[in-house]
Amino acid sequence: MSPTFVTVIGLEVHVQLATRSKLFCRCSTRFGASPNTQTCPVCIGMPGVLPVMNGEAFHLALRTAVALNCSIPEFTKWDRKQYYYPDLPKGYQISQYDLPMSENGYLEISDPKERFETKRVGVRRAHLEEDAGKSMHDDAQGTAESRIDLNRTGTPLLEIVSEPDMRSALEAKTFLTELKLLLTYLGVSDCNMQEGSLRVDANVNIHVTTGRDVAATPIVEVKNMNSFRAVERALAFEAGRQFEHWRQTGQRLGDVPKQTRGWDDASGVTRPQRHKEESSDYRYFPDPDLVPVKVPPDRVERVRSELGELPAALRQRLVQHYGLSSYDSDVLVNQGRPLATYFQQVADRCGDGKLASNWIQQDVLRRLNAEGVSIHTLALRPEDLAELLRRVKAGDVDTTRGREVLDAMIAQRWSVDEAFSELGIESLDEQQLVALCRELVDANPKIVEDVRSGKIKAAGALIGQARQRSPNANPSRVRQICLALITGDASLP
Amino acid sequence: MTLLELTATEQLRQLEAGELTAAELTRAYLERIARVEPQVQAFTRVNADAARQQAALVDRRRRQGDRVGRLAGLPVAVKDVLCTQGAPTTCASRMLADFRPPYDATVIARLRAADAILIGKTNMDEFAMGGSTENSALHPTRNPWDLTRSPGGSSGGAAACVAAGMAPLSVGSDTGGSIRQPAGLCGVVGLKPTYGRVSRFGLVAFASSLDQVGPMARSVEDAALLLETLAGHDSRDSTSANVPVPAYHRSVREPLNGLRVGIVPEHFAQGLDADVEQAIREALRVYESLGADVREVKLPHARYAVATYYVIAPCEASSNLARYDGVHYGYRWSPPPAPVGGEPVPSPPDADESDLVRLYRRTRAEGFGMEVKRRIMLGTYALSAGYYDAYYLKALKVRRLIRQDFDDVFRDVDLVASPVTAAPAFELGEMVHDPLKMYLIDLYTVSANLAGIPGISMPCGFSSSGLPIGLQLLAPSFGEEILLRGAYRFQQVTDWHRRSPSL
Repeated sequence: MSPTFVTVIGLEVHVQLATRSKLFCRCSTRFGASPNTQTCPVCIGMPGVLPVMNGEAFHLALRTAVALNCSIPEFTKWDRKQYYYPDLPKGYQISQYDLPMSENGYLEISDPKERFETKRVGVRRAHLEEDAGKSMHDDAQGTAESRIDLNRTGTPLLEIVSEPDMRSALEAKTFLTELKLLLTYLGVSDCNMQEGSLRVDANVNIHVTTGRDVAATPIVEVKNMNSFRAVERALAFEAGRQFEHWRQTGQRLGDVPKQTRGWDDASGVTRPQRHKEESSDYRYFPDPDLVPVKVPPDRVERVRSELGELPAALRQRLVQHYGLSSYDSDVLVNQGRPLATYFQQVADRCGDGKLASNWIQQDVLRRLNAEGVSIHTLALRPEDLAELLRRVKAGDVDTTRGREVLDAMIAQRWSVDEAFSELGIESLDEQQLVALCRELVDANPKIVEDVRSGKIKAAGALIGQARQRSPNANPSRVRQICLALITGDASLP
Repeated sequence: MTLLELTATEQLRQLEAGELTAAELTRAYLERIARVEPQVQAFTRVNADAARQQAALVDRRRRQGDRVGRLAGLPVAVKDVLCTQGAPTTCASRMLADFRPPYDATVIARLRAADAILIGKTNMDEFAMGGSTENSALHPTRNPWDLTRSPGGSSGGAAACVAAGMAPLSVGSDTGGSIRQPAGLCGVVGLKPTYGRVSRFGLVAFASSLDQVGPMARSVEDAALLLETLAGHDSRDSTSANVPVPAYHRSVREPLNGLRVGIVPEHFAQGLDADVEQAIREALRVYESLGADVREVKLPHARYAVATYYVIAPCEASSNLARYDGVHYGYRWSPPPAPVGGEPVPSPPDADESDLVRLYRRTRAEGFGMEVKRRIMLGTYALSAGYYDAYYLKALKVRRLIRQDFDDVFRDVDLVASPVTAAPAFELGEMVHDPLKMYLIDLYTVSANLAGIPGISMPCGFSSSGLPIGLQLLAPSFGEEILLRGAYRFQQVTDWHRRSPSL
């Protein structure tokens, strides 16, 4: 039997918190300003300056930690992590070492397609730290020139460290998607990976079942993954690479030092990265310029009570309260809080959760994606969509005509009434409808014959003719009436 | 009595009464500086023009009846470790020889708001590391009482300029005794406030958990006056205390009865100079004659204070000084130009370093002096993996015990009295090659920094060779009022602080 393996993955996620100013000074955190324009003596580490903690950053970190089910120690402190690099002007990063502001949480992940079982991924800790600046190396012209931009220096980051609880690249990607969704619901970060608001490093190895025992390969840290898709691809590749490497060398955990590899998205491979020149002894010690932060339990409870409904709870509620399938609930919730709220407004007003879900998933989402707009900017108020769905549900308009109404409402900014009247939609009363059907039955003896001989499907042609005569004729009703007339059902008026 | 022999409090009274102008006073000090500074070398920079202009402005405002600040017209010298906006702030280091901060330290802003005349910046041991001012990259400062001797340090310039009559007031910083020790050796008053009493913003950090800015002056009253301006909460310093600042300049003169003064028997053990011991014992008799109850107290962990200090302070220093790397500001090593027509010559011993590491190494090797490098190495070692628990963590624990000792003692006494140093001023060069002996000078002073409590040093006599001897008083946290009042009572009945060196 050839050996099989499982992949073991832990993630380190750096999230930039959405504060207006930096973690220890008042400089702006806005992305994209000209280099070195959002700096001050504090964040560029000039002599004699002192850091002062941004209370808002701590609050956002606390919200996130509580939402990640972490325990929040009453006492937390700041430490200096020391290393030399030109984009770290103080020669140390203010971070949290042995007493982080939160620890021992979890995030539940599941897959609607059930490719893995629902599981809790442990969150070992989440702590606050300041970001470093950006180094831009340009040795293309042989000048080996490096430029430093300190705008980012001092931006608040929340570092979230998971337990090695993920067993596939898909699980890792799902964890990240769920984490991002949670952060978005909390409003603590814009999670923009392109702008570096969310950065992911992964620690990965594999456990190979050899028949004799289980061999764990050396842990590799994978960096430079710039999208969730890249994370998934990189980890899948890396697991395969480690398996091949193990087959060739038999190397196990502990045989070699931990390796760092970078993901090359274009080539689809991980490559070894050069080790940092300085040793990894960061000489952590408590920062004497900052006072420890005390977080009394009642503050944690207040934060908990102010979290709002988080994705996991919302998914459950959509299933229980609106009768959606887990799959539909998942799709809606994963679109973010604004769309989930939109759905609830529509569902509440039209009184049919499934109908609202179908229309939003099929028609609204298609339109949002096609036009690249958000639900906020869509020219369709939830009450208007709800009104349309009420009429669909009441049979005033069929689904096909309803779509035309929806399109017209958005394109022309019409209300439901305006759209109905402009499109000439009015429901025929029963007598008109019966009269119309009688005419059709009389005019189509061949079809009548077919139906009577058991070819019920033949009645479809009558529906087509009815629609031609009156676009407002409800197809299912026309079919019902015609069949009754042909079969001589006496229940007709 | 000449103008310059008056205390700052007396000069201020004359300024306020219109008997003296800031311009006259400033001119007198500038003339004195011109005469004696070449011998003493207390300053890194004298702001003669700016001082004259500032003085003229204060005079005009006072004449017009405008509101002026508490120190309006009084010259103040500040240690060159405090940032002054747009003006050189060197820390007496080659590393910051050309550094001009774009901001004022909070204490500098407070002095400006009080309309003090910022007359110059004073010499110091490089980055405040040392006890002799010989570690200045610019020049040593000499003790005005004996020019062959050290003024102490690291605020040696700040002490010497007051002792030599070149400024009525100066501002120093004290991490292990750097205000009190030079004050003692130069025969002036120096006060280290409670940790958190004075903002550290703009004080170039040596050891952040120990550093405090404080006043140096001729008299206790003057020190009270200056402290009142320096002290107060600062939102830019997270470690500054939000505790109201009393009117020290008034409360210092309030009567004080039933004062309890503690002494520690070990402070009078072997190693204490006979003249110093005699002066201290005489000072204690003065207190007894004033009705004070002098009694023995115990500080059981005091003997570990120097060792504890020389772990904690270098650890913090090694971190605080990491920023001087030649990248963003300050001294930067640059590679020697390549010989004409030839390849650049790599220096053999570091041929395998990257350019970046070479820049760091050469910049710091050339920018820092020996003592600074020694302490950076000590601190880097003590914080390294595998040593942290044995050194830094252990030192923090001992520090807590030392603080606890003082908490216990101050339940029984109001003040603790001791020598400032074991001996009067030493010869320049005497200890340059014996750093350990130099470190032991801090024996009596470091405990106050470790415990965070305030301490004052004031003259209490002279050695047989005519060198001043200092008495140290320590008080509980935020006990500056009783500390100043206790010291002031002594100066009311003695005149040691009225003596001036002949220069």
